[in-house]
Amino acid sequence: MEETAMEDGDHSRDREVAPALIAIHPTQESVAVAVGSDLRVFDLHNGCPISLVDDSSEPFHLDSIRVIRYGAKGKLLVTAGDDKLVKIWNTDTRRCIYTVSSEKRVSAVAISNDGLFVCFADKFGVVWVVGLDGLHETQTLSSKKAVPILAHYCSIITSLEFSTDGRFIASADRDFKIRVTVFPKKPLDGAYEIQSFCLGHTEYVSCLAFVCALEYPEGFLVSGSGDSTVRLWDIASGSLLDTCEVSAEAGLVESNGKEDECCFAITDLCAIPNSSLVAVAIQGLPGVVLLSCNLSDKTLSIFKVIYIEGEAFIPTGLGTSSSAEFLWMVTGVSNLQGSDSTSLTRVKAISGLTKINPDSGELETTVLEDNDVPGGMQLLEKLQGSASIKEEVFLAAAESVKIAMRNLLIKKQYSVERRDFRKRGRNDRKIKH
Amino acid sequence: MLKNEANPNISKTTRLPRKRFYRARAHSNPLSDSHFPVPISPSHVDYSLCYPQLFPPSKQVGNSKKIQFADIGCGFGGLLISLSTLFPETLMIGMELRDKVTEYVKERILALRVANPGQYNNVSVVRTNSMKYIPNYFEKGQLSKMFFLFPDPHFKEKNHRRRVISPHLLDEYAYALGVGGIMYTITDVEELGEWMKACLEGHPMFEALTDEELEADLVVKLLSTATEEGQKVARNGGQTFRAVYRRIVPTI
Repeated sequence: MEETAMEDGDHSRDREVAPALIAIHPTQESVAVAVGSDLRVFDLHNGCPISLVDDSSEPFHLDSIRVIRYGAKGKLLVTAGDDKLVKIWNTDTRRCIYTVSSEKRVSAVAISNDGLFVCFADKFGVVWVVGLDGLHETQTLSSKKAVPILAHYCSIITSLEFSTDGRFIASADRDFKIRVTVFPKKPLDGAYEIQSFCLGHTEYVSCLAFVCALEYPEGFLVSGSGDSTVRLWDIASGSLLDTCEVSAEAGLVESNGKEDECCFAITDLCAIPNSSLVAVAIQGLPGVVLLSCNLSDKTLSIFKVIYIEGEAFIPTGLGTSSSAEFLWMVTGVSNLQGSDSTSLTRVKAISGLTKINPDSGELETTVLEDNDVPGGMQLLEKLQGSASIKEEVFLAAAESVKIAMRNLLIKKQYSVERRDFRKRGRNDRKIKH
Repeated sequence: MLKNEANPNISKTTRLPRKRFYRARAHSNPLSDSHFPVPISPSHVDYSLCYPQLFPPSKQVGNSKKIQFADIGCGFGGLLISLSTLFPETLMIGMELRDKVTEYVKERILALRVANPGQYNNVSVVRTNSMKYIPNYFEKGQLSKMFFLFPDPHFKEKNHRRRVISPHLLDEYAYALGVGGIMYTITDVEELGEWMKACLEGHPMFEALTDEELEADLVVKLLSTATEEGQKVARNGGQTFRAVYRRIVPTI
């Protein structure tokens, strides 16, 4: 039974769903949410929705958006996804300044710290770079050609991240691998020099984040994976410093003992600036886990588990600004079967991540009520599409995101008979009778 | 011994495995998901399994030697066998994707170890997809020689990304090779020979060996004579195309 279901998943694209994503402007000027092909941006500064302008095409994206990301100190917003387009937006003029065509579907994006280069990775494991020399001539809308700089051998790249000092670029793939490459002075000539491989995950690597530390300019890398662990790495040597079995330590496994392990895959990581905390979103957890990264001892431990009371909110994306005033969370999927609305999203925020109570040494975090979220109901209406959404829809949404991620990233295991059956369809083995 | 006597796969005269019982397809899809075990990282590679005589399983520590030669796509293992006696102190490994061929090389090494006590203990073979898992086997700069002999040519342009020498895969080989380490490539397909040369020439971390260096290198002669594929080409009077490059520090 299960195998037939999986087989269907292989062939029909209808079942393919994309999780909702969120990105926060570094100085909290705006918040962007992507769900399906829909891109929604809200101006927090003026408290009003933003309409972006793209002279070349409308709608902006034709298929699910898989990445949204602010960069270059907030001057840029990059969106990309399954329609094989990478759109680079100027956040001041709110216009699309470049549309880059990719050969394959785009799965990850990173913007160099100086804002001169946008890197994106595709589902065949190639990382491309685009130079943004003409960023300030905002009137010219041109299409740019991307150059391949490095590649993971035909494996979906799940995350791309520049090191804190910008010297390295880390790329993670579904083959359990994280590659740390020296980001060259002239990236358009290619990035040949591999600094290290961070190996230790036993399932696909889903997300990467860098934790800043004054004494270590390149920062420490943390990675989340389908093996339900978060790991801490020294990127210079590629050595594994610590492993945190997040779901086990957060008590998820006990409460839900029957389910198999991959249900607790890590979906997203968000390093909290100016602290050694990392927020972690896990499949099946209605809330977030805060990990504390002790950089002198090089350890990673659970600091706090924040549950979201009163609703089934399992975040699919996390984001914060550089002041870390709020941790923003989003949940939702592009298209949910059996639901009338085409795309579903819910946005929430947590405050108090920077305030440590001097008496107890604990963080006093609050999950904000809808009215208290910066931007208030107006923001929620813009980003969610509507102010209120029925609860049971979200459980179904969380479930379908989980299945979609599994189908995409987990290696399929076939029994011997099943494998023989699949081989029958192969051209080179047409049975000669 | 009795078991060997009964095993039809082993030749009665030479006690070596007979190739006809290990026939395999000529090609294997390097892009498909692999379902064989892969070490999590180089420190997880079990040396006592590969080199039981040199790394007795009982002793946990002691021998800190690491693999230095890798024959990528070793096929039936002809080169490894020649290298094993030429460099008796060096650990070497063959990597092959086709499981039956790997099985053959395994049996061949075992038989050679029995027939020549004390020899061939430094050679081993593993079934893996080297295009995906080189970093799982070797640390940075661990290797001093890598061999790519008569690789699959993949003529169609859409299949060029399956070639074992490609600009992006060279990054990984440059990572596994120490500075000064040497990449040996050879093929009987002119088009592929040019491709491999062009890839290596275009990579800032490799430089070609000079003619004198090629002349002085003992291993270069083995490229076309030691392997089964090379002997076949020689038998048919074919031409071979060689590219031998050294890993250098890139000049930035």
